Amino acid sequence: MKNLILTTAVLAMSAGMAMAQTVRMGTEGAYPPYNFINDAGEVDGFERELGDELCKRAELTCEWVKNDWDSIIPNLVSGNYDTIIAGMSITDERDEVIDFTQNYIPPAASAFVAASEGVDLSGGVIAAQTATIQAGYVAESGATLVEFATPEETIAAVRNGEADAVFADKDYLVPLVAESNNELMFVGDDVPLGGGVGMGLRESDGELREKFDVAITSMKEDGTLNELIRKWFGEDATIYE
Amino acid sequence: MFSFCADPETLGTFRWFSCYLTNGVHMSFYLSFVKVLVLLAVTAPVALSFGFVGAMAARSHFPPLSWLGKGYIAIVRGVPDIAFFLFFVIALDQAFEWTRHQILCPDWTDPIRQGNDFLVCPSAKLPLGSAPEWVHETYGFFLAVITFAIVFGAFAANVLFGGMRAVPHAQLETAAAYGMSRRQTFWRVLVPQMWVYALPGLSNLWMVLIKATPLLFLLGIEDIVYWARELGGTKTSQFTAYPHGDWRMWYFLFLLLFYLGMTRVSEIGLERLMRRLSRGQATAAGELLRKETTA
Repeated sequence: MKNLILTTAVLAMSAGMAMAQTVRMGTEGAYPPYNFINDAGEVDGFERELGDELCKRAELTCEWVKNDWDSIIPNLVSGNYDTIIAGMSITDERDEVIDFTQNYIPPAASAFVAASEGVDLSGGVIAAQTATIQAGYVAESGATLVEFATPEETIAAVRNGEADAVFADKDYLVPLVAESNNELMFVGDDVPLGGGVGMGLRESDGELREKFDVAITSMKEDGTLNELIRKWFGEDATIYE
Repeated sequence: MFSFCADPETLGTFRWFSCYLTNGVHMSFYLSFVKVLVLLAVTAPVALSFGFVGAMAARSHFPPLSWLGKGYIAIVRGVPDIAFFLFFVIALDQAFEWTRHQILCPDWTDPIRQGNDFLVCPSAKLPLGSAPEWVHETYGFFLAVITFAIVFGAFAANVLFGGMRAVPHAQLETAAAYGMSRRQTFWRVLVPQMWVYALPGLSNLWMVLIKATPLLFLLGIEDIVYWARELGGTKTSQFTAYPHGDWRMWYFLFLLLFYLGMTRVSEIGLERLMRRLSRGQATAAGELLRKETTA
């Protein structure tokens, strides 16, 4: 009897292991329209919809996990989740630590937003989120960089005068400027930055990266990816040819 | 929540707020208060027992045990909380997974450390990769409790160590004169009397612990400060039915009230406890109580 119970238990356990691995998708949840928390308290946005579709095409079970932007890479490599899908631009520096899939958003423009016209963008104080390509760009441009942990704080810094302008992904800034009652405006020229946005994975996870790459390619080919980009970023968004 | 919440744009101020404050994200916000209170309720006794064991070890007559106790107190008190939280939790998690890996996957040949990656076999992951999200959250919570208990246990150990030394030596000598063994003296004479000396220090720790709970977010647990920041942030109408500007100030004001309320309630509770512990003690407060009751 004892043996029987043991055998069933072992069988049940091994059956559990044979089950499809759940892929845990790490995101920030504070960067609309890429990813944000909706009114119901769930992860929502372009990347939620994209990620769910990719998992369906790659036949994976996926689960969404929120993580602070600052520690999003360390938690990936230590195995708390399996992918980063958080509007992360593909850069050489990041590529040394983690691997990227092909991009799912083509290289898009970053832009400056200020509270008034005529801000000195090359010598003034510019706010950007910590550890972003925008922060790196500002640091090299000669302007004084002030970094903040969340995108929200970079905007607040411009509103309260702590910074002259904020430099971020244009797609993030557009809805904020549109609803600011003319308190915020785009200044200067847009700057194309980075190699597009891709999913980040551990360097040792080649197989999983392959699966997502195939799924992204199939979405690019049948046009669903372009549709999704237009839906979340507007008709003028950069799409794949 | 309410049926009239279907179209928030048409609502008056009062109804708009009643809908806004009961939507899903706000429920998560309220739930995070419960999380913090549960964490406090669980951590305080665990940290106290860590402290008690630490203090017992530190005053042990067996040198290695005493060194262990004193080392624990000195090292943990000396390391900044935030460094401890960033380093220790990841180390603890990896230590658990490494141990499970050694037991569960003896035939695994790939190295565990590959460059930056920490890789154990899938069945050694903790919790399992296929476990539902609440298991991951509970596990994170459990790690938080252990980490808080180790940090605050070291401070509590020092306080209790001091409390034990403050008990008048004559009490212990009397116990010895009655023929009590060392163990009996400790449990029957020393421990019941030391609390009154330790309580002021312990109450300080309790207050610090209440305010240290936002460190939870470092461990990936969405605590009240995380939600206040998230909910208070600017929301545009494209992504929510309840657009608003930067309301973080109001949310943080609410947190201020919560923390002040917690402090007040704790003060009242600790005062009562102090009174209760002073009863029958050979201290000034105990003497005062005795006069009150006999007068």
